[in-house]
Amino acid sequence: MSNEINEIIYGSLKNIVQCMLFVSTEPLSVATLAAAAGVDECSIEEAVHELILDIGQSGLQVSRIAGGYQMCTRAEFHEICQKILVPQNQKLSRPALETLAVVAYRQPVTQPEIEAIRGVSVDGVMKTLMNRGLVRECGRKQTAGRPILYGTTPKFLEHLGLSDLADLPDIDSLAVEKIEEMQAQQELFANAEIAVKMSQSSEEPESAGAPVGKVTSHG
Amino acid sequence: MKIPTIKKNGYQIVLPIFEGPLDLLLHLIRENKIDIYDIPIVAVTDQYLTYITVMESLDLDVAGEFLVMAATLLEIKSRMLLPPDPKADDDDEEPIDPRKELVDRLIEYQRYKEAAELFGNWEIDRMKVFPGAERDIEIDYSAVMMKNVTPVDLLEALKKILAEVSDGEEEVTTLTRRKVSLRIRMTEVWRRVKNGPQLVLFEELFDEARDRTEVVITFLAILELLKLHRIEVRQDDVFGRIEILRMEEAMEKEEDE
Repeated sequence: MSNEINEIIYGSLKNIVQCMLFVSTEPLSVATLAAAAGVDECSIEEAVHELILDIGQSGLQVSRIAGGYQMCTRAEFHEICQKILVPQNQKLSRPALETLAVVAYRQPVTQPEIEAIRGVSVDGVMKTLMNRGLVRECGRKQTAGRPILYGTTPKFLEHLGLSDLADLPDIDSLAVEKIEEMQAQQELFANAEIAVKMSQSSEEPESAGAPVGKVTSHG
Repeated sequence: MKIPTIKKNGYQIVLPIFEGPLDLLLHLIRENKIDIYDIPIVAVTDQYLTYITVMESLDLDVAGEFLVMAATLLEIKSRMLLPPDPKADDDDEEPIDPRKELVDRLIEYQRYKEAAELFGNWEIDRMKVFPGAERDIEIDYSAVMMKNVTPVDLLEALKKILAEVSDGEEEVTTLTRRKVSLRIRMTEVWRRVKNGPQLVLFEELFDEARDRTEVVITFLAILELLKLHRIEVRQDDVFGRIEILRMEEAMEKEEDE
């Protein structure tokens, strides 16, 4: 059988890959494709590359998802597709997205660490994320109490359409503008210091509010 | 952001919903156009507490986290009112701003909020893309062996089992946990030593102990009896067997009683 497939000429390996991606609902790794076709991974990569160029003319696309390849419809056609079927994945809530973000960037991470960053309890949210298969336990931290460590799953990558965790932008590159906006009045820092000192010498503690109020009124 | 409206005493109050205390603080900072690196802690604390009071007056559940943050803010406020540590003046190092830790947390949280937004957008994009649909693969049932058995037979068989199950009363097993008090166990051990042969082996006293707690209680009972001079513990050689003997005086005393 494998000998037979080994004789497949290059052009049709592309078609074989296309068939395999077509019948699979989940992303297929290069290793899986190679094993099924009985060829080496290099040939699969070449065939996939060919297929991506080829399929570009159609309503479908092949994308790199969760470390493998997946054939999907093109986003431009989502309206028409939704007339035929409803998206099955439910959208995540804002607390769930926030928690997922912390897990994704900080993994492996414990629940108290997540809670420290979000400032709220994440009991329920973590259960939701675990039930949806986006987050999983991945060991225990070697500290007192050996708390459970959590990390993201390949399904997380699939859910967001990512190929790899390395696709995530650097966390420090995020919200740069918003943070800059929030420090627009940094030159007033000296004034605020005076305000604090004044309130120290003042007998009425209420007066501390007044000079501070000046700082805020500059905005 | 979802803005729920709450009707109370004829007034309609619009209250933004926050994901937590950090979210609320960031909102206050943006609303008041405050420099995040120089938070006027007195004013912000007041506003923060006002918000919590409003939440409480609307009978909304104020989560514990909001109260923890209120305490943190008040702590920072009081630390800022304190004169700088004179010891710290000796060093060239600048004294640490009591607000620094909070500011770092706020900035970090802002980044994760942004990441969450990004994730939400990716999620929406991803939902516009449909992978190959799950296929109902038809299974060839002719391959399943069902010689001389019709679906009706199967149904009858099922009914029979169901009848059997629902007929009998459900058996209830009650598990009782035996509470062993030290006093009871002391009496038990004492009785055993008193009525038994000349000596009882230490291990034998644990025969009836069924779990860790009972072992501990039995052990404590032995210690108590020792203290009360009711029993004597003897070990003839190192690692030898430990023997429990009754004190003859105790026996006499008991007879007198």
